[in-house]
Amino acid sequence: MAADANSGSLLKPGSLRTATAVELIDLNKWYGDFHVLRDINLKVGGGERIVICGPSGSGKSTMIRCINRLEEHQSGHILVDGVELTADLKKIDEVRREVGMVFQHFNLFPHLTVLENCTLAPIWVRKMPKREAEEVALHYLKRVKIPEQADKYPGQLSGGQQQRVAIARALCMNPKIMLFDEPTSALDPEMVKEVLDTMVALAHDGMTMLVVSHEMGFARQVANRIVFMDEGQIVEANVPDEFFAHPQHERTKLFLSQILR
Amino acid sequence: MTMAEGELALAEPAFVRRTPIAPRPPPAAMTGAVAWLRANLLSTPFNIALTILITLLLAWAMTEIMKFLVLDAVWSGNDRDACLESVQHRVIGACWPFVWERLPYFIYGSYPIPLRWRVDVFFLLLAVGIVWLLWLKAPRRDLGAIYFFGVLPVMSFILLTGWSAIGLEPVDSVLWGGVLVTIVVASVGIVVSLPLGIILALGRRSRMPVVRSLSVIFIEFVRGVPLITVLFMAGVMLPLFVPEQYSPDKLVRALIGIAIFASAYMAEVVRAGLQAIPRGQYEGAMAVGLGYAQLMRLIVLPQALTVTIPNIVNTYIGLFKDTTLVFIVGIFDLLRTIEVARIDPKWATPVTSTTGYAVAAIFYLVFCYGMSRYARAMEARRAKSGRR
Repeated sequence: MAADANSGSLLKPGSLRTATAVELIDLNKWYGDFHVLRDINLKVGGGERIVICGPSGSGKSTMIRCINRLEEHQSGHILVDGVELTADLKKIDEVRREVGMVFQHFNLFPHLTVLENCTLAPIWVRKMPKREAEEVALHYLKRVKIPEQADKYPGQLSGGQQQRVAIARALCMNPKIMLFDEPTSALDPEMVKEVLDTMVALAHDGMTMLVVSHEMGFARQVANRIVFMDEGQIVEANVPDEFFAHPQHERTKLFLSQILR
Repeated sequence: MTMAEGELALAEPAFVRRTPIAPRPPPAAMTGAVAWLRANLLSTPFNIALTILITLLLAWAMTEIMKFLVLDAVWSGNDRDACLESVQHRVIGACWPFVWERLPYFIYGSYPIPLRWRVDVFFLLLAVGIVWLLWLKAPRRDLGAIYFFGVLPVMSFILLTGWSAIGLEPVDSVLWGGVLVTIVVASVGIVVSLPLGIILALGRRSRMPVVRSLSVIFIEFVRGVPLITVLFMAGVMLPLFVPEQYSPDKLVRALIGIAIFASAYMAEVVRAGLQAIPRGQYEGAMAVGLGYAQLMRLIVLPQALTVTIPNIVNTYIGLFKDTTLVFIVGIFDLLRTIEVARIDPKWATPVTSTTGYAVAAIFYLVFCYGMSRYARAMEARRAKSGRR
């Protein structure tokens, strides 16, 4: 099982969507001379939930940021929902429409209300009528349990609420894939749970998710696979039970011993 | 007492609060006018000395100004005799009859008297446009913007220069003067410099080397040259190179010079605002699929321009005062008309010049202070909405 981590065979039958959602093939990236991603190969099936962990500087954020081309890769291939990412702006736009992203620091638009944050992209990118976009936005704000904050500005909300708005904002584009870049790292401890609960609910709905996180409880609960990265490489990938019970690589064992006191 | 507390702590390591502490009002010394005075004006001996010194200075300056402008001023008369100390046998302040008589000249310059209603209509249209645009609760502000940036310039141009086809007699811009010219030059500078400045600022931050270098060269060249030189180039040098029949009107040349100059400064102001926007905003906008133009228009520029409002207004105030330099190329702005009027022998008195300059000072002060107050109100509004 562990050796076959890249196959889609670990999907629960109920959440199975046949196509491959994301495929990274021999991906390499450099920052100047620094080789930040080295021969990354990863295949994520539709509906699959991947949690990516590893020490800081191991390239996990960079890797998922390549998937919606916030970072450019220098060699290898990235296929998102069958579309290969190149310098072609049309392809990039096409991919970004289908991939939602949640950031560590929320990156909400402070000059717009919560509702406007959510309706902006549907109106301008999907060309949805304003009324319809607002209905969609309220639907997702209800799902992240903050419809009553719709007319406030992000600066008036707590960190946890802001992050839930950020999730709703991404969902309003009706994405096929959601990327989470350390979504709970900037939150006060009291607010981590509300965000994780939202993500768990999303996972139960069958969303394809790639989550960079050190929330191991969350990983155990929802991940199909956990990917461990170090020095720009995927060191180990396995189902959660195996990953925690029998880490294979020395680096994984050391990492787990440090975060799971 | 401390002993007792120490013993308590030793005896009971666990502590549970049974009754919550209700909030109490602050001590009296923290509120009210007296507290404000103590905290802000009289907090230290140095502060007390400063407060006294500045109060005295203000009192002295204000009395002198009031004496000149109001108490000792002459309010009526027909010529210089009304404003001469030797004739009136008293100290003379401002000579207002001089201003009353020359006021039309200060406002319209040499614009033909029967046609001055056209200038009045222009002032009215401009005032409507400004209120429509700046009053945030005005209805249909989108139409206001179209009116201000599209309809108003065309209508003003037709009104002021005339158009024989619709029965408006043409008026050569050489005859324009006074407040009319000051307002026209300042408005054109203000209206053109912001969009052009934004384009230049975006160009300077562009990834395309050609666009970037062109913007940098333009900005640095214009900023490296004094406004007087730009005006000289526009007013005197340009006609040497361009055949006479293609050479634009003198006022138009000065307007272009001012607009270019103001745009270069505005570009740097806007660039500072753009740099204040965190990368996360760009990433957040790109991640939801916005393209470059949408990202700039919907996310980056609205935020960059709001943080930089004080600097934009600062540039506008500078520009408004810089318009007086157009007199160098022989254009009669307000200050120039006052210059001309004050040496009129009919009103030759020791106080005529001072009175004329006082009028100019009041005019510029009112406009610049107005702009400054509006900017403050916008900032306060932004702070209140707690958007950051």
